[in-house]
Amino acid sequence: MHPWRGKPDSLDSEEVIQGSPSARSATDTAQSVLIIACGALAPEILLLRKKNNWQHLALRCLPAILHNYPKRIPDEVRRVLSEEQPRGWGSIFVGYADCGTGGLLQPVLNEFGVESLPGTHCYGFFRGTELFDQEHEDNPFCFYLTDFLVRHFHSLMWRGLGLDKHPELLDTYFSNYQKLVYLSQLDIPSLRQQAQEIAKQLGLAYEERHTGLTPFAEALNPALGDKHESQIKS
Amino acid sequence: MNDTPANGASQDDEEIILADLSDEDLVKQMMDDLYDGLKDEICEAVRIFLDRGWAPYKILTDSLMEGMRIVGIDFRDGILFVPEVLLSANAMKGGMEILRPLLAETGAPKIGTMVIGTVKGDIHDIGKNLVIMMMEGAGFEVVDLGINNPVENYMAAIDEHEPEILGMSALLTTTMPYMKVVIEALKEHEKRDEIIVLVGGAPLNEEFAEAIGADAYCRDAAVAVDTAKELIARRHNQPPAG
Repeated sequence: MHPWRGKPDSLDSEEVIQGSPSARSATDTAQSVLIIACGALAPEILLLRKKNNWQHLALRCLPAILHNYPKRIPDEVRRVLSEEQPRGWGSIFVGYADCGTGGLLQPVLNEFGVESLPGTHCYGFFRGTELFDQEHEDNPFCFYLTDFLVRHFHSLMWRGLGLDKHPELLDTYFSNYQKLVYLSQLDIPSLRQQAQEIAKQLGLAYEERHTGLTPFAEALNPALGDKHESQIKS
Repeated sequence: MNDTPANGASQDDEEIILADLSDEDLVKQMMDDLYDGLKDEICEAVRIFLDRGWAPYKILTDSLMEGMRIVGIDFRDGILFVPEVLLSANAMKGGMEILRPLLAETGAPKIGTMVIGTVKGDIHDIGKNLVIMMMEGAGFEVVDLGINNPVENYMAAIDEHEPEILGMSALLTTTMPYMKVVIEALKEHEKRDEIIVLVGGAPLNEEFAEAIGADAYCRDAAVAVDTAKELIARRHNQPPAG
């Protein structure tokens, strides 16, 4: 088993973690499920893996910075699928929803015959896709952040949007939003405080909706096959 | 943009007096300033050209539109990113604000009318606003419906303004299917054949545009202008029905 070679949820690292083929026997690999996921999901997937003792689950992450460049996601997923499929995993699951690819990820999934997370974005599968869609329909003027996005707001979004150099663009980006909705996965006071500060910085009202990990665990369910307890601990 | 500054790299550190530049150098300088998103300099240069007797339409096409064309190319090629494009657009907006009232007074050519809006459930308008600015610069009259538009808004604006072009924008995968709702409403009201439908937004692509029955997908504002001009010209060249 590989130790971490980098920070689990860093923006640009790509890591094969927890059960890389080189560290496992062929038999292990054949009985394992590989999740190829957005790096932003690594902490939650690993936490669920630990809580549920999903020893048959291996994880390979793509850089979370692709959140800012969704058109690159399909090609990156195709590249990693091409590398991993010949290695004989029991099954492979893609830990992305549509994620702004405009439907272009689906043909890649079809090409390799693999499944993925439901919905359009991490906001959806963390909240529960139906509930999220309903809430967004009720109020489209919300700007959403997850634990990961709060933690990396300044590097991924503030700098990504050029606001560190050009704060005068703030209105251009955010004037149509009314409220920052923090979809929290874990109950971490420091992240809550950070989210509140971000809302203030953006000039938006603030609301927290605690999602926990249950909707995400349920979204991962198709990846797990029959090798897990029927009751997922989240 | 790889062009050297109008008066040579050696003057990078020197203050450039715009009013001292020849027409040719001032046009080049405007394109550089537009590229660098320098709104005040753009506004100053526009006023200088007006003082020199240039027609507003000529200032718009020779400097601002040409400058934004280069910005668009470098954005497409990954040399510029969204923040830089927004700064350039903001600079152009400054120039347009001076020129817009004068364009109408001086009889600048009008190519057509466009009604444009972001679809219901979607509040993203950065791309749409860039399209509006470039379409206005190209000689279109643009009716901006803003964000979060239900089908009724589009239909009412089409009835009122009788545009040649309808533009729809969406940034969300969840909202982009709404474009088909609008297109179906156009068909239902027997207006689909009368209007060119252009769609755009980050998650869209040509396949999607074709699937919902739009006339074209426009990946950026410059493409929207070119596509609009081409489709209008093609329509004008069609033989009359019957």
